[in-house]
Amino acid sequence: MIERLFRFRGGVQPATHKDDSVVAPIAQAPLPKRLYVPLRPNTRAKARLIVEPGQKVLKGECIGEADGVLGTACHAPTSGTVVEIVRHAMPHPSDLPVACVVIEPDGEDRWIERQPFHCVCASSRQVVLDYLRDSGIVGLGGAAFPSHIKIGTQREVDTLILNGAECEPWITSDDRLMREQADEIMRGASLLAELTGAKRILIGIEDNKAEAIAAMREAATKVHPVSQVVAVPTLYPAGGEKQLIRVLTGIEIPHGKLGAEFGIRCFNVGTARAVHRAIDLGEPLISRVVTLTGNVEQPGNFEVLIGTPIEDLLPLVKPKAGTDKYLHGGPMMGFALPDLSAPVVKGTNCIIAGSPDLFPPPKPELPCIRCGACSQACPVDLQPLELYWFARAKNFGKAQEYHLFDCIECGCCAYVCPSHIPLVDYYRFAKSEIWAREREHNEADQARERFEFRNYRIEREKSEKAAKLAARAAETKAKLAAKAAAEGADADKAAEPDPKKALIEAAMKRAQEQKEKSAPKNTENLPDSVKSEIAEIDKRRKPLEAFDEPDNGASAGEENK
Amino acid sequence: MLTALLVMAGLALVIGVTLGWASIRFKVEGDPIVDQIDAILPQTQCGQCGYPGCRPYATAIANGEADINQCPPGGEEGIRQLSDLLGREFKPLDETHGVEKPKSVAVIDEQICIGCTLCIQACPVDAIVGAAKQMHTVVDPLCTGCELCVAPCPVSCISMEPVPETIETWKWRYPVFRIEPDPLEKTS
Repeated sequence: MIERLFRFRGGVQPATHKDDSVVAPIAQAPLPKRLYVPLRPNTRAKARLIVEPGQKVLKGECIGEADGVLGTACHAPTSGTVVEIVRHAMPHPSDLPVACVVIEPDGEDRWIERQPFHCVCASSRQVVLDYLRDSGIVGLGGAAFPSHIKIGTQREVDTLILNGAECEPWITSDDRLMREQADEIMRGASLLAELTGAKRILIGIEDNKAEAIAAMREAATKVHPVSQVVAVPTLYPAGGEKQLIRVLTGIEIPHGKLGAEFGIRCFNVGTARAVHRAIDLGEPLISRVVTLTGNVEQPGNFEVLIGTPIEDLLPLVKPKAGTDKYLHGGPMMGFALPDLSAPVVKGTNCIIAGSPDLFPPPKPELPCIRCGACSQACPVDLQPLELYWFARAKNFGKAQEYHLFDCIECGCCAYVCPSHIPLVDYYRFAKSEIWAREREHNEADQARERFEFRNYRIEREKSEKAAKLAARAAETKAKLAAKAAAEGADADKAAEPDPKKALIEAAMKRAQEQKEKSAPKNTENLPDSVKSEIAEIDKRRKPLEAFDEPDNGASAGEENK
Repeated sequence: MLTALLVMAGLALVIGVTLGWASIRFKVEGDPIVDQIDAILPQTQCGQCGYPGCRPYATAIANGEADINQCPPGGEEGIRQLSDLLGREFKPLDETHGVEKPKSVAVIDEQICIGCTLCIQACPVDAIVGAAKQMHTVVDPLCTGCELCVAPCPVSCISMEPVPETIETWKWRYPVFRIEPDPLEKTS
């Protein structure tokens, strides 16, 4: 048993607003008219298209193969026809289009042949990881990081943590999932424990989810007796990976390190269920639970197919009048959706209808008064106000020195800021600017390398050519000298040919030979009738040439050629 | 008196020998400042600065022959970094060398290309593939956007196209908020 819980520094306690949607059981969202399945689960991972327009696909059929290091496969969420491949918006603050496969469902929802993946323990680890990759399993907590990579790092694993904290306000998808599918989650957890080699499983759930805790406890004793369900205090962001590790184990992960380096792996409960369904049932990841809540009449939780346009889901919960925006993710870390036609992706855990009453427009930014409230709220021990100054002044080197990249963008600092400074926006700006510079720097390095190699190659070719010419000249010279020596006995010294002249003559002779060789010879194998015709034409041409020659010899010569 | 002189002379000798040995032992090959300048330059190798490549320009800056504001692809940001590195005054970009443009790549219109290989010879980073009388094409990720291939093309089939923003290269904008009256106050 865990004897005591630890706590992390900072954190805030915003109003949870979970009561609205937590009572609604998970319902199956209806099939939309068209599904837009993006070929990437997040901005970094990619998949390579393997279907073409007009092709019929079955539910669960692979439509995109994993591509690159972070790549994971994607699958058809239902049976139907691939209508087209288009560039369509995905839920992202940029509103930039990405390649999407458009599938028109046929309504039959016919599965591809499903085969459970047997004997996890018997197969080699890499085979299982490849299977998970090809089943499109990514973290369902929100970031959609490929699970096979998270499992894969070869290190001694001691503890597997299942993250059921769900600390962000409004979101209830994990809560409902734990209440309704606790057995499946626990089966997935024991599979993950087997894969990682973890000796114990800890399931962290915030203590405001009493029913989920009870359900998970029951399932845990049934499926995996060594596992423990722990109620953690409700404090945002208790569901952050490093924060949950700290609370459950007391291990404080240092700046710039990952939990994996301390023998701990952390997975979302939804991911565990997806792993169970992929391995035990042979079902790839094609749907997920999404909470639809906010300024709506009937908030609820829905099992939604990946690729369902968000605007098709909204009628299910009936948004109230006054809704002016929709948030993707929670109110602390999410973003306002620029385009409602964007589909649900693997990282979509919640859509919140926002109204000016629920989410008042940001108040004007006032100057930072260095009150330090943000430093007290920061759960990763950063100095948000310093980071703010550096990001604002575009002093990115200094921002990195202050561990900008440890920032988890949880929004606690901006939440407590009395000057209403959108601090996280500054950090995001600084981070993406630094990444862009890094990319440019790498490109410049590559260009420099290629430029230098090209210069080296040109120099090398030049010297090689010069060496070749010199060798040939020396050879001819030697030949001529030998010839001259042989003839020199009886010939007069004055009559000895100039070696240069001889060289030129030899070159001209070679050129002549080559010219003859390359002259057209397509008149050789002609039948006699054609030959006689040519001869006749030549005969007719002769007097004309004789006529031409006196005034323009050159042109006649060219014609002769 | 004599002891003091001897001690001082001895010290001077010892220190002199040590310094002399150190200057040979720890001799820095090449010019580190040129490397530092070269690291800041964008490596487009476009020659707009008047030198045949980024490194020659870096050498010229280090020798004091060239000014720091002659690199249009590096832009204002590059000049700022150079002025920080060299402790020189910041100057706006010298427009006689060109203007700052968004990053572009060369695109060959393959319908028009006659396969003359002139662009391949002009490309400083070997980013164009093709052979004589074969269609040429630009390898996008390698193209630095130097525009050196545009002029030699006898059929003008090369154009420069700005690189579009993708979801991978997208950047969060600098947070700017419009100052406007509070809508809640206005209604009340």
